Amino acid sequence: MLAVTLRIGRLSCVHEDALRYSFELVRDGTPLADASLTVTPVPVRIWCPACNTEQELPGIQRFACPVCKTRSGDIRAGRELEIESITLDLPAEEPTDGHAPHP
Amino acid sequence: MATPRILEVRTRILKKNDETARAMRQRFDSLGLLVVNLVSSPGTGKTTFLLETLRRLRERGESVAAIVGDLETDNDARRLAESGAPVRQIMTHGLCHLEADMIERELVDWNLADFGYLFIENVGNLVCPTSWDLGEHLRLALLSVTEGEDKPLKYPGLFNTADVAAITKCDLAAACEFDRDLAVANIDSVRPGMTIFETSSKAGTGFDAWLDCLTSRRDALGLPA
Repeated sequence: MLAVTLRIGRLSCVHEDALRYSFELVRDGTPLADASLTVTPVPVRIWCPACNTEQELPGIQRFACPVCKTRSGDIRAGRELEIESITLDLPAEEPTDGHAPHP
Repeated sequence: MATPRILEVRTRILKKNDETARAMRQRFDSLGLLVVNLVSSPGTGKTTFLLETLRRLRERGESVAAIVGDLETDNDARRLAESGAPVRQIMTHGLCHLEADMIERELVDWNLADFGYLFIENVGNLVCPTSWDLGEHLRLALLSVTEGEDKPLKYPGLFNTADVAAITKCDLAAACEFDRDLAVANIDSVRPGMTIFETSSKAGTGFDAWLDCLTSRRDALGLPA
């Protein structure tokens, strides 16, 4: 395995530095031993009923629309703690339909 | 020749816990059993609050049970058992939160159909319990007047995932110069509209509203199939 990409929401209580520290400790002797770790931070987004749209919050202390100040606890993003993708080092396959293999 | 391939995985890291929790919640639903997860920092008064809750529910003729998590000792289970309710202690030996499979193991030889309410007192910690669904219907975050009004702002993740909040030790509010309005505003800032119960386990205040909330939540589950 060449790489792992994680999506970590601002509300997940996971800190990237601590995660990297642990990743380096546990990957030895596993198929992830040489894999790089990419972390995609996900900011908190709430639904603002007044603006009728999703809004990104600058922090996590105040759940209110940054534009119109309407309070909203309707969270649409920011709790993620997930593996987004992995990158594998696979033998190349012969293209069967004339297209190049997916990069 | 080897070629790098990117595979979209999109898998939740806590998927196994979430699945166990969801299965338990379905089971609780089918039994009409309301399950409550109590979360707070150490020393907020979770155990005293829960003891009072168990006692009062039993006085109302309800059948209740509790599971309590601590790193070490079964002190809290022994205190809660004074209510007369069946209580189990989970000693985590260092783990800072409870997980769904730990609860599932405790339930194996309990006849859940005997109970109307099950309370889970989590390990005292305002960070890690946030991410772990225990199959509960209701997550109660507690904040004591001795802790400071800004706890919700310092630990927004935990208060944000709660369904209801309780302010505890209100009998000490004056001595602590506790700014009640500021605390309520801070809770509302991280979780707009959340119901807040202002309680004193010593004076017995605030419990009628809390118990009414529990009863209505349980009624909403419907009778067991």
